[in-house]
Amino acid sequence: MWQKYSSRLPASCNKETISEPNRKMIKFFLMVNKQGQTRLSRYYEHVEIHKRTMLEAEVIKNCLSRSREQCSFIEYKDFKLVYRQYAALFIVVGISETENEMAVYELIHNFVEVLDRYFSRVSELDIMFNLDRVHIILDEMVLNGCIVETNKNRILAPLFVLDKMAES
Amino acid sequence: MALKMVKGSIDRMFDKNLQDLVRGIRNHKEDEAKYISQCIDEIKQELKQDNIAVKANAVCKLTYLQMLGYDISWAAFNIIEVMSASKFTFKRIGYLAASQCFHEGTDVIMLTTNQIRKDLSSPNQYDTGVALTGLSCFVTPDLARDLANDIMTLMSHTKPYIRKKAVLIMYKVFLKYPESLRPAFPRLKEKLEDPDPGVQSAAVNVICELARRNPKNYLSLAPLFFKLMTSSTNNWVLIKIIKLFGALTPLEPRLGKKLIEPLTNLIHSTSAMSLLYECVNTVIPILKSPVLARNNTVFLYVEKLYFVFFPPTVKYLGLLAMSKILKTHPKSVQSHKDLILQCLDDKDESIRLRALDLLYGMVSKKNLMEIVKKLMIHVDKAEGTTYRDELLTKIIDICSQSNYQYITNFEWYISILVELTRLEGTRHGHLIAAQMLDVAIRVKAIRKFAVSQMAMLLDNAHLIASNTQRNGICEVLYAAAWICGEFSDHLEESNQTLEAMLRPKVTTLPGHIQAVYVQNMVKLYASILQQKEQAGEKEAAQEITQLMIDRLPQFVQSADLEVQERASCILQLIKYIQKLQIKEVPVAEEVIALFAGELNPVAPKAQKKVPVPEGLDLDAWINEPPSDSESEDEKPRTIFHDEEQRHSRHRQPEIDEEELARRREVRKQEQANNPFYIKSSPSPQKQYQDTPGVEHIPVVQIDLSVPLKVPGMPMSDQYVKLEEERRHKQKLEKDKKKKKQKKEKKGKHRRHNSLHTESDEDIAPAQHVDIITEEMPENALPSDEDDKDPNDPYKALDIDLDKPLADSEKLPVQRHRNAENLKSPDTEAPLVGKKSKKPKKKEKKHKEKEREKEKKKEREKKVTEEGKKVVCVLSATYDIQGNLQNDSQVTVSVIFENKSTSFLKSMELNVLDSLNAKMLRPEGSSVHDGIPVPFQLPPGISNEAQFVFTLQSIVMAQKLKGTLSFIVKNDNGSTHEKLDFKLHFSCASYLITTPCYSDAFAKLLESGDLHMSSIKVDGISISFQHLLAKICFYHHFSVVERVDSCASMYSRSIQGHHVCLLVKKGENSVSVDGKCNDSTLLSNLLDEMKETLSKC
Repeated sequence: MWQKYSSRLPASCNKETISEPNRKMIKFFLMVNKQGQTRLSRYYEHVEIHKRTMLEAEVIKNCLSRSREQCSFIEYKDFKLVYRQYAALFIVVGISETENEMAVYELIHNFVEVLDRYFSRVSELDIMFNLDRVHIILDEMVLNGCIVETNKNRILAPLFVLDKMAES
Repeated sequence: MALKMVKGSIDRMFDKNLQDLVRGIRNHKEDEAKYISQCIDEIKQELKQDNIAVKANAVCKLTYLQMLGYDISWAAFNIIEVMSASKFTFKRIGYLAASQCFHEGTDVIMLTTNQIRKDLSSPNQYDTGVALTGLSCFVTPDLARDLANDIMTLMSHTKPYIRKKAVLIMYKVFLKYPESLRPAFPRLKEKLEDPDPGVQSAAVNVICELARRNPKNYLSLAPLFFKLMTSSTNNWVLIKIIKLFGALTPLEPRLGKKLIEPLTNLIHSTSAMSLLYECVNTVIPILKSPVLARNNTVFLYVEKLYFVFFPPTVKYLGLLAMSKILKTHPKSVQSHKDLILQCLDDKDESIRLRALDLLYGMVSKKNLMEIVKKLMIHVDKAEGTTYRDELLTKIIDICSQSNYQYITNFEWYISILVELTRLEGTRHGHLIAAQMLDVAIRVKAIRKFAVSQMAMLLDNAHLIASNTQRNGICEVLYAAAWICGEFSDHLEESNQTLEAMLRPKVTTLPGHIQAVYVQNMVKLYASILQQKEQAGEKEAAQEITQLMIDRLPQFVQSADLEVQERASCILQLIKYIQKLQIKEVPVAEEVIALFAGELNPVAPKAQKKVPVPEGLDLDAWINEPPSDSESEDEKPRTIFHDEEQRHSRHRQPEIDEEELARRREVRKQEQANNPFYIKSSPSPQKQYQDTPGVEHIPVVQIDLSVPLKVPGMPMSDQYVKLEEERRHKQKLEKDKKKKKQKKEKKGKHRRHNSLHTESDEDIAPAQHVDIITEEMPENALPSDEDDKDPNDPYKALDIDLDKPLADSEKLPVQRHRNAENLKSPDTEAPLVGKKSKKPKKKEKKHKEKEREKEKKKEREKKVTEEGKKVVCVLSATYDIQGNLQNDSQVTVSVIFENKSTSFLKSMELNVLDSLNAKMLRPEGSSVHDGIPVPFQLPPGISNEAQFVFTLQSIVMAQKLKGTLSFIVKNDNGSTHEKLDFKLHFSCASYLITTPCYSDAFAKLLESGDLHMSSIKVDGISISFQHLLAKICFYHHFSVVERVDSCASMYSRSIQGHHVCLLVKKGENSVSVDGKCNDSTLLSNLLDEMKETLSKC
C-alpha cells in the first residue's frame, strides 16, 4: 500500500525534449500555410524526418487555433514558438527559453521584408518555386541558430551574384 | 565524350525541374502520394546518370520532397557527389541538401572531409561561404577536429563575409571538440574589435553563448564589453551584450552599479521593443541591493508599459518580466495582484498560463484563500479540459508549495480538495488523491475532519464514479477509502461508511481502487468490531460480520487479480471470525492487531541516501561464484540444460517429475470442480450476470439527474468566512496588547502603528499544525549530486581561458601523408571528442526505441463531441510475424480495443503502400481502398484482426503510414473519425525462429558464401543468459550451442536467408559477429540488435 502511495506523489513531470535542452538559441524556422503544408523548413539541430512532420503539424495546429488578438508567443513543450501571420502564410520560429522573444519577433518581419524586396511583392508561390533562393536568404540571416545579418543589402548580395552567374 | 555531353543535355530537356515538380504536386492533389512516388522513381533514374547538371537537378527536387516529409537519406552519396561539383550553382544545391538531411549519424559524412577542406580554401568567397553554412548543420566531432584549424585560419580572412561566418561556426566546433577552445580563443577575442560590425556581432554572439554557460571564465572581458555596449548602435549586438552582462553580474557585484546608468539610459532612449525588454530583464536582477532598488524608474516603466496600453504580445512579455521581478522584489509585484488576476480572464492561453505562474510566487498566508477562491471561480468557468486541468494543478501546486507553508487552515484545504472532485473529466484525479493522502497523514490534527469528509465522498461515490470510463476523478476514491480505513477510529458512523464501501456499484471501479477498498473495509470492520465488543453488543457484532460475508463474494469474483486475491483471503478470515463469534470468543483485539502500527512518510530519495557501512563491499562475492568451481569440468556441454537441472536440485530437492505431474493433475481436477474458477473471460460484466445469488444483493437505485452539488458536501467558502472571523479576533487581541504597550511608550511609534497591516507572521494557523517531515535514514548524506546532468555538453567547455597556452595545445593540422601513415585521418578513430559524445547518442536511440521499435504500439484517439465533452478512446496494438508458407508475406495482427462508451463500427484500415511493401487487398480493389475490419466493437470490447502484407525485398526495415477510419455511434448520433498510425517493419520481423543443429551450422559457416559483419556494445550489465534470451525474444533467433560466455545462434528469414551469429561476452561488453547471405540485411539486423543491447 505504502509503495503505491509514494509512487503516486506528484513527481516533476518529464517534458519531452527535441534534443539536448538549451542547445540552440533558434531551434527551427518554419513557413507553413493555413492548410498545414510546409513551405520552408530549416532545423538548426537535428530532428528526425518523421518527427519533423509531426512537429510541423502540431505547430501549425497551435498557431491556427489562435486569433489575431492573442499574443505571438506559444509555450510549447520545453521551448517557445514565436509566430507571425502574413496572409495565409505563417512563419513560426522555435526558440529556447533564454532567447529574447521580441528580437525573434522582429527578425521574422525583417526576413519577410528581405523576401519582399528580392521577389518584389512576395507571394506563397514565389517561395515554393524558388525554395533554394529563400534558403540562401535565410542562411545569410540566421546561421547556426544565431542571427548574423540584418542589413538587407548585405543579405541579398550573394544572391545577386548568383543570379548574374546564372544569366551568363 | 562530346556525344555523351550532347545526349546528356537533350535528356535534360525532358527532365522535370523543381518548378515542374511543385506544379505537378499541385495538380495531383487527389493522388499526391502516388505522383510523388513516381517522381522519386524518376529521380532515382536521374541520379544514375553521369551528367552533374542532371544530378544537381534531381538533388534539388529531393530537397523539396524532404521538406514535405519524405526520407531522402538513401541519396546521401549522390548529395556528396553534387557537393563536390566544381560549378557553384550545383555545389550550393548539394550543400543545401546536405544541411537539410545530414546529421551526426550519417555515415557518409566522413567522406566529405577533404571536399569541405578544399571548398574552405577556395578562392571564391561564396564557395567558402556555402561550405561554412553547410558545415554548421552537420559538423561531427571528427569533422570538428579535422577542420578546426582551417576554420580558425578563415577567422582572419580578408573578406568580412567569410570572417563572420567562420566566427559563428567556431561555436559549433567548440561544442563538438572542446579542446579547440583554448587555442582559438585569443583570435576570437580579437574579433570583438573587428572593424566590420557583422563580424563583431558574430563574435559577441559566440562569446555571449559561451559565457552564459560558464560565466566565471569570461569575467576578464567585462571592460571590453562595457566599451562595446556604450559605443555600439546595433540593436542585435546590444541585446547579446546585455544578456552577457546579465550572466556576469551575479559573479561581480561591482559591475551592477556601473551598469545601472547606461542601462537606464538605454531604456529611456531606445525605440526597439526587443532591446527595451532585454534591458528590463537584465536590470531587474541587478537591482538586488537596497541602494539600487530605490531607482524606481525602472519598475514604474515596467508597470506602465506592460499593463495598460499595449497589445497582447507585449502583455505577455510584461508578465514574463514580472515573474523575474518577483524573485527579487516580491512586494512590488504583489501590489499588482488584481491586474494579474484580471489576466486570468484573457482570451489568450499563453497569457493566462503566465499569470498563473506569477500567482504561484505571489501567495502569502494572508492572500492564499482569496487567490484560491478566485481560481476556483475560474475553474468553474473554464472552457476546455486542458486549461481546467492546468488550473487544477496550479491550485494544488500553490497550496502545497514548500510543505504547505501558506496554509493556515487545513479544514479549508481539505474542503477545496473535495470541491475539486466535482470537476468532470479531469485527468488529475490522482493528484487530488495524493494531496488528500499527504495531508491526512502528515497533519495529525486534521485527521478527524478529513475522515469525515472522506466518508462523505465514499457515500456519494456514485456521483464521482458515475462514468468510470472517461473519468480520472474516481482516483480520489482510492484516497478516500484508504484514509477512512487507516484512521477509522476517527469515524463517527462507521457502519454507514462500511455499507457504502460494500455497494455493488463499487465493482465497476478500476481494479487498483477496488483492491484498496477491500483492504480498507477490513480495517473498518476491525474497528467496528472492537467498538461493538467493548459496548457488549454481541448481536450487532455478529450482524456486521454477516454483512461482510454476504457482500464480499462480489469482490472474490472480480476479474482483477489483486482484488480477487485480497477478497478471498479476507473472506476466509472473516468466516473464521464468525465461527469464533458463535462460540462467543472475543476476537476484536486480535483482529485489530492485524493493522497495528502507524506508517510514516519516507522521503523519496531516502533509500539512495543510506550510507554504505564501513567495511561492507557490495560488489564482493559472498560465496565463491559457482561457475568457477564447475568450470573444472572439461567436457564441452550445453550449459542451458545443465543449469536448469542444478537450480531445481538446489531449490526443491524432494520433488521429482512424477510428483509434479501428479500435482498438476490434482490441480486441474480441482479447477474443473470449482465454480469460481474462470479460465478467461473478455468482459467482467458478463461474468457478473452469470453468477448465482446476484438477485439477493440489494441494488442501490442511482438517480443520475442529481445535480453535481452534493448536499452536505462542504463549501470551502464557509471556511473562508470562519477563518476571516478567527483572524479578526486574533488581531483584536493583539491590538489590545499593543495598545497597552503604546501607552507605556507614549506615541513614539504612532505613525508606524497606524500604518500597521497584518503581515504574514501575525497570522497563526487555526489548528496546531504538526507537519510531519519525511523520514530520512540516520546519517544520510546531504549531497544532492545526483540531480546534476552528467551529459551537459557545456560542461566540457568550462575551461580556464586566461592561462597561457601550452605547447601541446595546438589544433591538429593536416600534413602531407608520410609513407608510414597509411591510414587516412578520416577513417581513423577519433580520440576524445567522440567518446564524450557517444553515450548521449545511445540515450537518444534508447528513447526512440522504447517508443516505436518495440513491436507493440499504442495509439489513442480522443474525440470531442459537441456540447458535452466526451472522450472516446480506441487503442490498437500490433505485432508482425513472418509467413512461413509464402516467402514474401508477413502478417500483421492488430488488436483493437474500444475504450470508449460508444459503439464503433465500419472500421476500415488503409495503408499507404511503399514501393517495396504493399498491403494485400482483395482482388479488384485499388491501392487507395482500405480493408474493412471484419467486426464491430461494442464499448469496452477488444478484438483482433489480421492483415497480410507483401514485400519484395526484406533486407531493409520499413515504415508504412496508414489511417484507420471508423464511425463512432452513440445516443447523440454518429460521427466519422480517423486515426493515423505508422507501422514499423523491423528486419527482425522478417525472421522466423528456426532451430538448427550444430553440425549443420558448422557446414553453413564453412560453405563460404556468407557475408560477414560485426558489432560491439559496451556497458552491458545483465547476465549472458538473460542477454541471449533477449536476442531470442526480440530478434527471433535460436541458440545453436553455448559454451561459457560464447554462443552461436541461428535464424532464417522468410526468403530463406541464413543468419548466423556468434555472440561473445567480455567483462561488460558484448560482441556479435554475424554472417548472412545478404550483407544489407545483416547490417540492418545488427543495427537493430545494437539498439536492443544498448538498452540492457
